[in-house]
Amino acid sequence: MKKAKFYGAGVPGMEKLDLPGKLIVIEGTDGVGRSTHINLLHDWLEQIGKGVLVTGLTRSPLIGGGLQAAKESKYLGRNTMTLFYATDFADRLENEIIPALRAGFIVIADRYLYTLIARDTVRGANSGWLRELYGFALVPDAVFYLNIDIDNLVARVLRAGKLNYWEAGMDMGLADNLFDSFYIYQSMLLDEFEKMRKEFKFSTVSCQGSVRSVQTRLRKKIEKIFKTPKTT
Amino acid sequence: MSIREKHDYPGLLFVCEGVDGSGKSTQLNLLRTWLQQEGYDVFFTEWNSSQLVKKTTKIGKKKKLLTPTTFSLIHCTDFADRLEHVIIPPLKAGMIVLADRYAFTAFSRDVARGVSREWIRSVYDFAVRPDMAFYFRPTLETAIGRILVGRTSLKYYEAGMDLGLSHDPIESFRIFQTRILDEYHAMVGEWDLQVIDADQSIEEMQTQVREKALPLLKSHNLRKSRR
Repeated sequence: MKKAKFYGAGVPGMEKLDLPGKLIVIEGTDGVGRSTHINLLHDWLEQIGKGVLVTGLTRSPLIGGGLQAAKESKYLGRNTMTLFYATDFADRLENEIIPALRAGFIVIADRYLYTLIARDTVRGANSGWLRELYGFALVPDAVFYLNIDIDNLVARVLRAGKLNYWEAGMDMGLADNLFDSFYIYQSMLLDEFEKMRKEFKFSTVSCQGSVRSVQTRLRKKIEKIFKTPKTT
Repeated sequence: MSIREKHDYPGLLFVCEGVDGSGKSTQLNLLRTWLQQEGYDVFFTEWNSSQLVKKTTKIGKKKKLLTPTTFSLIHCTDFADRLEHVIIPPLKAGMIVLADRYAFTAFSRDVARGVSREWIRSVYDFAVRPDMAFYFRPTLETAIGRILVGRTSLKYYEAGMDLGLSHDPIESFRIFQTRILDEYHAMVGEWDLQVIDADQSIEEMQTQVREKALPLLKSHNLRKSRR
């Protein structure tokens, strides 16, 4: 059985826990199709008899409400926002993710600290500080990064009619219209993800092709995790 | 900006630290009165008081949802909000800011709860380094005596009940506060805390506080509202 492994000092009292479950992270920028693939993986894993828990960002019972209210306030500073998200992340990690892993579940995380780091880094936060801050986080068993280039991303999001304020990074004042802002902001995020690929050992999954072909690639990679359990 | 480096704002930041019952709030209030009488513009901020964050902290405490890590992070979120809105603007304007508790409260209390010393220091790295930090150091018996006077019960997190140290709140409080005092003690040199013996009378303590503050006030060209 594998022991909990953290990026830094970890969570007090949980340093030596046995975690029989698997933490699988699906990363990728807004509109890349994460939810579609997570739903398909969820069904598949349950069909083959696995217990599955899906968790996302900003859904914690502790912070969820306060964070939403804070986000709508125009007076929230950058560090405050970063720390609010980190609190939310810690709450879900300790009260949702780790207990499920202890009980042997497959936990699928719809984004993880990498998205939070990317968003804050493009807004000027110190990248070293962010990495130290998230030292309490558990190292996942695998991170699948859904990779897409900016032009294909723009096309996807337009077709779905899903250009929105936050995903376009309108708070940053990059452009005076939603489309240009989205293009610039998402390009910056993609650059940040690109930089993190090696550092955090992402397994890259190309989003080229049909949903089915992407899903097949994902499942093949996930099957490998079950076959070769990490001993770390 | 880093808490490890001197800031270059024209204003002055004084903070007071110490366990509950050390008399620090009384002392800071007396310092404020004096500075205002001297004609300085004085701003005041208290630990855990940001309007934006307070609600979440309150819910978390009431429902006992907080772990050592989230307790620590939510207080830092509160601090970040106050730093930006209450502390830094007056410092930029050449005024005086008094803070009742500062990052050192987290460095002692959160570590007493089990979080890593190194981690909590890096989390608060964005803080402004105070120009002077007073640490009111009572004996444990004094602190506990002052807190327990006129109280029928201790609050859950205040007594460190979340740590399972003891089923008896007073015993838990005693163990928890001892740990906090140990952390403060170890920080005196690291952060150049100005130690004030908190077993003295209120007047004696205040005399020392003013004596220590005076050279800093004289060496800075601070904004005054009255002359």
